[in-house]
Amino acid sequence: MDDIAILGVGMHPWGKWGRNFVEYGEKAARDALTDAEVGWDEIQFVSGANSVRCGYPGYVSASTFANALGFTGCQLASSYAACASGATALSIARAQILSGVCDVALVVGAESTPKGFFAPNAGERHEDPDWLRFHLVGATNPTYFALYARRRMELYGDTSEDFAAVKVKNSRHGVFNPNARYTKEYDVDDIANSPMVADPLRLLEICATSDGGAALVVSSLEWAASRGVDNPVRVSGISTVSPTYPNSVIELPYLASDSWAAAGDETMTFKDNIAARAYEEASVSPEDLDFAEVYDLSSAYELDWYEHIGLCERGDAAKLLRAGDTALGGRIPVNPSGGLGAFGEAVPAQAIAQVCEMVWQLRGEAGHRQVEGAKVGLSINHGMFGHGSSVICTR
Amino acid sequence: MAAVEGLFTLDSDEPRLIGGRARSRGSYFFPKSLAGSDPACLGDEIEEVLLSRTGELWSYTTGEYAPPAPYVIPGDEFEPYVVAAVRLAEENLVVLGQVVEGVSVEDLSVGMEMELVIDVLYSDEEHDYLVWKWAPVGTSENGEQ
Repeated sequence: MDDIAILGVGMHPWGKWGRNFVEYGEKAARDALTDAEVGWDEIQFVSGANSVRCGYPGYVSASTFANALGFTGCQLASSYAACASGATALSIARAQILSGVCDVALVVGAESTPKGFFAPNAGERHEDPDWLRFHLVGATNPTYFALYARRRMELYGDTSEDFAAVKVKNSRHGVFNPNARYTKEYDVDDIANSPMVADPLRLLEICATSDGGAALVVSSLEWAASRGVDNPVRVSGISTVSPTYPNSVIELPYLASDSWAAAGDETMTFKDNIAARAYEEASVSPEDLDFAEVYDLSSAYELDWYEHIGLCERGDAAKLLRAGDTALGGRIPVNPSGGLGAFGEAVPAQAIAQVCEMVWQLRGEAGHRQVEGAKVGLSINHGMFGHGSSVICTR
Repeated sequence: MAAVEGLFTLDSDEPRLIGGRARSRGSYFFPKSLAGSDPACLGDEIEEVLLSRTGELWSYTTGEYAPPAPYVIPGDEFEPYVVAAVRLAEENLVVLGQVVEGVSVEDLSVGMEMELVIDVLYSDEEHDYLVWKWAPVGTSENGEQ
């Protein structure tokens, strides 16, 4: 797969601002254009990552953001793919660029979130797994995160202290991030003293829901060169694959896993598939990574990712963590941005924010959270109904 | 009455989940309406089957805070509950469900034998709305040994 260039990045700081999501997206877009030294009137295509929590303007995000910046007659596409929405919007922009439909595009996602648990759409919908799991079981998102966490404790001997240590690490990283929502450094006692939400996970270990916005200006390598940008950060791989049947892990929001009675193998899971496709597209292997931005929906969830992206064998993630390998200054820092632990989740903006962090890291502009000499980064996430994504950036 | 029709039987002694099975491929689904995730089942006939009543505890957790609607808080005040994911013996399907009242996480361990029971999810003036729940084998519905 050919690469495209990332010319500019921008973010609206994460928080619980309670304002119109369009403001966040517009601010992020303007910052990305300024960073890229590209005029809004030069953008030929806007790829929007939709919000399902901000009414109709959220469903037509590309048009909404283009309107906020001023309608210029550029091409638009709006898409939704749960947590993978931002990477999906980027993949559409890449396809437009590589097929020659456009040279330069803007990718934007933003959201304003309600307080508390994410809830399904209203109505009596007996065929909707998302509705059924709340109504019949009271299974919230943290229910699933906790089931995975407990499974790690049983299978691999991970402890509550290991999970807390993930949060401690990410909070140390987040201190250095001006766009993070939580910039307090937590210690293990803070976490142990926070209320239990879904045993064994406590409040400080579960990703909050946040407001935020993020944007990218991307172009063909030729267009970048024509602007004098000869060594841009490149998008080298994007994965937006579906799960492969049978996936033995019970995924959000289903009441049951796939059955592997007929098909046998339980070793490959959805999370493995997402990473594998990104590595393949980018012709990169786990040993090549200098850092990773992974979706720490819970503290324990980050450990799952170490294994699924190939940083270690299945079951060895806590060893990496305990050795300090995944902290800034370690062998392979994970979530130098502070991750979702420091940000919370603003769904359509989050995968784009992960790419923003990769760009700052690969340009050497990440300040106190800089991974020295970073050349290759991977971001990855995983959402509801079999949507997940991964992006590999190189320079 | 069932809180949602068509997902489980109301047989008080031997309640079962109602799933789907691809006739020639042999893969199982729950609920039956989700049949189709196995690409090898394309065109296969999906028959309705009653799933195993017992299985191994795959994982478990608690709900310490009240979930949003459409969860209905039974009674006047929210009480924390336990959720289990149980791997059905025959079908190798991991199925979620609440655990019967009176069983705490301290009573559970991964791998233990669990069985399906029918219990009240919530009530209004006219009906008890019923659902499947998981109970450690040998535990009665009200959680007493």
